[in-house]
Amino acid sequence: MKILVTVKEVAEVEDEFEISGLDIADSSLEYDLNEWDDYAVEEAVQISEEHDDVEVVTVTIGPERAEETVRMALAKGADRAIRVWDDSIEDAQFLDVDTKAEIIAAVAEEEDPDFILSGVQAGDDANGATGVAVAERLDFEWGAVVNALDLDVDEGVASVHRELEGGVEELTDIEIPAVLTIQTGINEPRYASLRGIRQAQRKPLDVQTLDDVGLDASVVDSEIERTDMYEPESEGDATLWEGSAEDTANELADFLRDKGVVEG
Amino acid sequence: MSVLAVTEHRRGELRDISFEIITAGRELADELGEDLNLVVIGGDVDGFAEDLNRDGVDTIYTVNEGEEFNHGIYKQAIEQLHAELDPTALLTPNSVNGLDYTPAVAESLDLPLVTDAVALEGGQPVEVTREQYGGKVETTYDVDADQYAISIRSAEWPTAEDAGDAAIESFEADIDHDAIGATVNGFEEVGGGDVDITEADVLVSIGRGIEEEENLPLVESLADTLGATLSSSRPIVDNGWLPKNRQVGQSGKVVEPDVYIAIGISGAVQHVAGMKGADTIIAINTDPNAPIYDIADYGIVDDLFDVVPQLIEEFGGEAPDV
Ligand SMILES: Cc1cc2nc3c(=O)[nH]c(=O)nc-3n(C[C@H](O)[C@H](O)[C@H](O)COP(=O)(O)OP(=O)(O)OC[C@H]3O[C@@H](n4cnc5c(N)ncnc54)[C@H](O)[C@@H]3O)c2cc1C
Repeated sequence: MKILVTVKEVAEVEDEFEISGLDIADSSLEYDLNEWDDYAVEEAVQISEEHDDVEVVTVTIGPERAEETVRMALAKGADRAIRVWDDSIEDAQFLDVDTKAEIIAAVAEEEDPDFILSGVQAGDDANGATGVAVAERLDFEWGAVVNALDLDVDEGVASVHRELEGGVEELTDIEIPAVLTIQTGINEPRYASLRGIRQAQRKPLDVQTLDDVGLDASVVDSEIERTDMYEPESEGDATLWEGSAEDTANELADFLRDKGVVEG
Repeated sequence: MSVLAVTEHRRGELRDISFEIITAGRELADELGEDLNLVVIGGDVDGFAEDLNRDGVDTIYTVNEGEEFNHGIYKQAIEQLHAELDPTALLTPNSVNGLDYTPAVAESLDLPLVTDAVALEGGQPVEVTREQYGGKVETTYDVDADQYAISIRSAEWPTAEDAGDAAIESFEADIDHDAIGATVNGFEEVGGGDVDITEADVLVSIGRGIEEEENLPLVESLADTLGATLSSSRPIVDNGWLPKNRQVGQSGKVVEPDVYIAIGISGAVQHVAGMKGADTIIAINTDPNAPIYDIADYGIVDDLFDVVPQLIEEFGGEAPDV
């Protein structure tokens, strides 16, 4: 059995940041494995540990810098990795949902996985849409926002919980092949062990261009264009207490006393 | 041409987003000079249609298929209605179920998709505003297409209240049940447990800023000192440091205490969904740009590990060493 896991390196914004043109200045960004994908990788690795003959392959759309993140997924137990990148992706203003889905689906067609795990969303763009769009492209079944997964390989069914709003979960049986988008909390992602990190260096990490996966530069064309990025005007009018921690704690304490939260 | 908005219900009740999407849809339809049509799929569609008949809605299409949400039915029904109405805009809720069909529908109809809109400006191109990087920036996107799909964030548009005089039409979708590979078997309520945070007057709520489980006694001590109840954002629960019934937010509990002290919580939209109804919101966070300050009434931009021990001492308590 083969599981494909979509892995994204996401940008995190520092407390103080600058916007440069239509994006956040690179100097204000740090990069990390997308939180939701970390749980997806863990879920795939756990399945590979529970069943015989499971291969876990990760797929990433990202520049060379992303390899650090990809190696992290390999260190946690994925078997090999594919990273797609080339000049036309690099030059694109941003990648819309359809573009990402098309690229990942093209890789999936090559790999022919039994199912695909993807994070519910990426922490930076927060589209929350790529996994389900990939399913549609591949004609796979799917389930979004999965926070429990029980796989019956013989029956070809994934019994999942989908986490709805308000503390309610939906219990659903999904036929595989399927794409499941994984919610945080489904498992406890492991830390990469030193041994894992060493082994990850030797695991295959294939770099492919659009051409390699059977696509051309037109895949990055989009009818959607980013036109602006700005810091939102604070809608709030919070009163900020200032000074040393002692001063501010004192202000807050007075406030809580006035409110009657605490006596005296 | 028209705007087609998809409504949402669960366990016999329309969800608020259904009435918010009417407002968003009407505004967009006005800007485009078009009609606003709604579709309601499954459950008591006739009863729902009556409720959805609010001012500004032109036609409500009912699709009498299934009791509860099934993405296969939704997808096929929306695709078929889309083919019939040929709308300019397809609007859907950016809810958990919206996430489960919108990308599939957009992909199969070849519509450009922008998710989680917080504002719309109709025209050609249509301009969509959304948030990125955990709410630290807003971005705008122009969608230059004759037809497109947009999912909208909940609680960004007011609910449509006034009664309307929409036409109600049953739409016979031709659903291929064999093509649906997902079977919904029911629901499960999560939570319960030791305390009910929705009952608390004062909540001390902790987020990822606490860094380590070993540091939790610090905020527990604060909660004790204040006679408050301890709650948290999602990562604390995901890490297993607090039980699920302490989670505030979209997938956790909705709370309305007199005082909510958010400590080391950024204020992600899914968290805010659970606590924005608090009377007084106080934030302690090192990041002055954290979105929590947009809804806080009072704030301390400082390190919680400096402020919280001081606060405990203010009330004569003793801060544990963490
Ligand atoms: C479908 C879905 C449902 C979700 N449901 C929920 C939900 O119900 N509830 C929920 O909370 N989240 C939910 N989330 C997750 C949500 O998107 C955020 O990931 C989460 O709320 C972030 O939690 P946080 O604010 O604690 O962490 P972060 O966003 O990491 O913020 C930590 C904050 O702590 C501050 N900080 C760090 N160190 C210190 C320090 N020493 N002193 C003071 N401040 C410090 C930082 O500046 C930062 O602002 C959901 C997500 C999805 C996709």
